[in-house]
Amino acid sequence: MKKFLIPFLLFGLFITSCTSNSNSNLPDDSIYHLTSEWENQNGEFMQLNKLKGDVVVMVMIYTNCRTACPRLTADMRDIHKQVGKANNKDIKYVLVSIDPEFDTPEKMKEYLEMYKFTGNEWLFLRSSDANTRELANVLAVKYKEISPIDFSHSNIISVFNKNGHLAYQKEGLNIDIDGTVSQIKKQFN
Amino acid sequence: MKNLFFLLSLIFVVSCDKKVNNSSIEPHLELVSFEIQVKMVEIPGGYYRPFFDIDSIKEVYVSRFFMDERLVTNQEYLNFLIANPQWVKSNILSLYADDNYLKNWKSDFEIPEGVSLQAPVTNVSWYAAKAFAQSLGKRLPTVDEWEYVGVADKSSPNAADNPEFTNYILASYKTGERYKIPVKAGQSNYYGIYDMYGSVWEWTSDFNSVMMTGESRNSNIKNENLFCAGASLTATDLKNYAAFIRFAMRGSVKANYCINNLGFRCVKDITI
Repeated sequence: MKKFLIPFLLFGLFITSCTSNSNSNLPDDSIYHLTSEWENQNGEFMQLNKLKGDVVVMVMIYTNCRTACPRLTADMRDIHKQVGKANNKDIKYVLVSIDPEFDTPEKMKEYLEMYKFTGNEWLFLRSSDANTRELANVLAVKYKEISPIDFSHSNIISVFNKNGHLAYQKEGLNIDIDGTVSQIKKQFN
Repeated sequence: MKNLFFLLSLIFVVSCDKKVNNSSIEPHLELVSFEIQVKMVEIPGGYYRPFFDIDSIKEVYVSRFFMDERLVTNQEYLNFLIANPQWVKSNILSLYADDNYLKNWKSDFEIPEGVSLQAPVTNVSWYAAKAFAQSLGKRLPTVDEWEYVGVADKSSPNAADNPEFTNYILASYKTGERYKIPVKAGQSNYYGIYDMYGSVWEWTSDFNSVMMTGESRNSNIKNENLFCAGASLTATDLKNYAAFIRFAMRGSVKANYCINNLGFRCVKDITI
């Protein structure tokens, strides 16, 4: 019995020690090559590649924003509604803070609850300024702190396929979300 | 049983070793430091008035920091690549650089013909520049840090209102093939910093805070704040024009762009 078990165990160990962390099957331009650490609304730390396997809809905002962000967030809500609940387990709607100092997990959670974004498909992330700049660069998002409580920023909603390849972007406020929704649905096929 | 443990730990080590070898092409690998000899100069903190900003009247405080006295050279970038082969031309991920990365290099470790090892490295993306700096425990300067040092001429830390200085900057922007000029070819400024003008453009850590392109339409910044509207050019406008060129460059690039007249230098925080 023991003889039989050992090779099996060894094999199992080999597999686990080598497959974790391997990004070799990702496309060259995958966002999951980024190794930055992010904190979510529950105070849990994660890397973006934890989202691998899900379609990801991403937007960069800050909770204190009174101008563009509420409209961008409303767009996210409408997109979520139109994509429908059927796909909720294979999709993540990710809000990323451009004001990580102010947007604590409590603030992020409060913000999500205010919009009734309470399902597991909703995430709000923050990281260091440097990591936030890097992610913004991947998304071609520009932002600048204008005052301690105000930021100017691009209004872009991005869609990533299950391997983290940037599949679609839509820029602007109060824009037609149908294109975004159909691009998201395409990622499930 | 002891044997089993030994075997298990051996396998674990072996199998993980293999992963490390394989991943020499995986860019998430930890960056490896290497030998470099560049003088860093302490820049004292102070206020400066940004040329182009949402509110140009407001002064910005820049904390003291260390800055490389010159740009990063081809030789130094080559050394970085030898230590970090995941960043060579044939291994770099398309996430981190467009097709022009080290464009004229003859191979992964051969710099272009007719270009000196002492010339600034160009055709490097923002990600690559950032990785280079990180491998040495440094970082890229912010736009504010660069501009703060950029208002110093030979004899004063702030020559922003000196028309001669402005003319000098504008003339330097007309020089062709700046990527071929070795670093430290010109004179140093008040702080002892070289290559601010007369050499290639430089990456900054937060270049994507500059909103001058079409995107500005959708943001809450108005373009009028960034463009000179007057028909006649005064000395102040010319001064702004020099800055305008730099900001226009920053606003028009993306982090994966590799351009033959865009290089970088590193800075470091002063702790204590």
